[in-house]
Amino acid sequence: MSGRHRLAGAHLAVAITAFALAACLGLLQALSIAGIELPEWSEDLFYLSVTAHGVLMALVFTTFFIMGLGYVLARESLGRLAGERAAWVGFWVALVGSGAAAWVILRGDATVLYTFYPPLQAHPAFYIGATLLVVGSWIWGAVLLASYRSWRREHRGEAVPLPVHGMLAAVIVWYLATAGLAAEVVGMLIPWSLGLVATIDPVVARTYFWWFGHPLTYFWLIPAYVVWYTVLPQVAGGRLFSDPLARMVFVLFILFSTPVGFHHQFTDPGIEAGWKLAHTFSTYAILYPSLVTAFTIVASLEVAGRLGGARGLFDWIGRLPWRDPFFSAVTLAMLTFTVGGFGGAINAAYAMNAMVHNTAWIQGHFHLTVGTTVALSFMGATYWLLPRLTGRPLRPLALARLQPWGWILGMALFSGSNHVAGLMGLPRRIYDVSYFGAEQASRWIPLTKVAALGAVILFASAFAFLVVVVVSAWTGRRGEAPAFEFARPLAPVAGPGIWDRLGLWTLVAAVLVALAYGYPLLHLLAQERFGSPGVSPF
Amino acid sequence: MKVDLYEKIWMWLAAGMIAAFLGAITFAAGSQAIRPPSHLETIDPATVYDAPGFSAPGLVEEPDGRLVVSVVAEMFLFDPDEIRVPARRPITVRITATDVIHGFDVVGTNANAMVVPGYVTEFTLSFEPGEYLIACHEYCGLLHHDMQGVLIAEEETS
Repeated sequence: MSGRHRLAGAHLAVAITAFALAACLGLLQALSIAGIELPEWSEDLFYLSVTAHGVLMALVFTTFFIMGLGYVLARESLGRLAGERAAWVGFWVALVGSGAAAWVILRGDATVLYTFYPPLQAHPAFYIGATLLVVGSWIWGAVLLASYRSWRREHRGEAVPLPVHGMLAAVIVWYLATAGLAAEVVGMLIPWSLGLVATIDPVVARTYFWWFGHPLTYFWLIPAYVVWYTVLPQVAGGRLFSDPLARMVFVLFILFSTPVGFHHQFTDPGIEAGWKLAHTFSTYAILYPSLVTAFTIVASLEVAGRLGGARGLFDWIGRLPWRDPFFSAVTLAMLTFTVGGFGGAINAAYAMNAMVHNTAWIQGHFHLTVGTTVALSFMGATYWLLPRLTGRPLRPLALARLQPWGWILGMALFSGSNHVAGLMGLPRRIYDVSYFGAEQASRWIPLTKVAALGAVILFASAFAFLVVVVVSAWTGRRGEAPAFEFARPLAPVAGPGIWDRLGLWTLVAAVLVALAYGYPLLHLLAQERFGSPGVSPF
Repeated sequence: MKVDLYEKIWMWLAAGMIAAFLGAITFAAGSQAIRPPSHLETIDPATVYDAPGFSAPGLVEEPDGRLVVSVVAEMFLFDPDEIRVPARRPITVRITATDVIHGFDVVGTNANAMVVPGYVTEFTLSFEPGEYLIACHEYCGLLHHDMQGVLIAEEETS
């Protein structure tokens, strides 16, 4: 690792370590759900492993990866990183927090799943550790903002480079989202778990959680989009079809990522139907930037194919560099989002949600979205980053080429069977799916075995990814590292336009959050409410 | 902002599609009363069984002829764990929890609700004849998967 990128390398190393541990746990869970006897296994370990898999994948892997990617993109496209020492402090704070949370989970003191809904009560170190992870990421956001401001002072009248425009959108979404998390964890869960207050209101806590929980998914997705917009067309040998639309997409994410949380709470008591319908509207609004993205990226790839000599209607597809592991991983991740996105529209549909809420459909859904669209994009990004960070070639190349296809095959089996089982009514995260031989349960049991086969293939693909990472990062001759090059747009970028006024858009987004949550929360808080003491049934 | 013609067409199509989705959802909510359970009523989780309506959980016919089923969810059972209702009649389900959050999912029907201590969840549905598994679908502790019941919707013989 060159000294220049040691900071990013440290973040990626933590992210990939978390991914490796979580991948092992995922395999065990899928085998266990399929009824395969595992040595020393029990319901304690099952629910512990569900908790650890969720926390490590959804919070630790993603957050550290995004932090590392953000540092690389800022340094390469702005030519600077302001406050590197602060960035290291952020790294250690986040690492210590993640370690503390992981430690109490593995000890069995925090089997509360990664949604940690009270009144289930974990050891205080779980909540404090999660808070430190977020505080570390706040420092990361501040470093990116400071780097941007430093660049801006020297480049008045220029549009900020697109990779940083996108990462700043992710930072803004993250600050808006984690305000809700802070209200829940710092305002409610930590004092309650320490015994400073006796009871807690679970609906208020859930409302704060989903204020955070849905924009969290866009915090994962936006960096993947940054890679699609700024790296993928370049690697494919093309140009970005439209730069201003890319900026519009990132701004729409800033606006609509957060005021949408009630679509996770459709079946909750305490929230009026009208407000749930309002959040359905904002959730559907957030479909729009993804639909625009679908056009822009595919058009950029078509430009690549045509620059490569394609003439017919579809032969440009065959001219794309499918043998490049970065290209195939990211493109497959992107295509998966067409399926995952429409599944999301079903989840967010006010009435249809009753068919799928809390069923296996949901885990099928988010293994397509975060588990493939985001995770496979990040694996692809790792293939792009490694040679540039280390100066070593990607090896073994054949394994890296195969790996994304394995992920897609495994995920098709895993996610497809979970979608179908969910429609049949199988609840998600269930240790024993037989329900004492209930007739309806007998129908979904075969599907759990298909899911387990998918999980085996997914695990093999994850293992292949880890082999490529370890071999490429630590062995092989160091040579000249390839340059970090970002896609140039077809039309040159004019000066900063309306989509570059990030301060203004942040303000609008904050107003939308206040509109979406102000009245429902105040109305709830004004009721005569009865709190719940903590329970730890694990 | 200059936008390519094809992309402009696509953007309008995308906006039209989203508008069509939202139109369908809003129409169903307004005209067919298809909407999620959204009742606001609080209750002390420590004294659920003393509260009117929950002292003897089960099916009750109200003086006005409404059929109301009250259910208490607690680790790791539903009380009652067998619910018999007449088929094809509107049934109002009222359910609350005494300890942690549970789920109430009548498998194969649209009855799908969160059960939260401190709150009463209420919704009204009718059921086709049949025997349905009731599953707790929100993790509530180590025996979560054992928390189940059965709902039997019977043809009325008259």
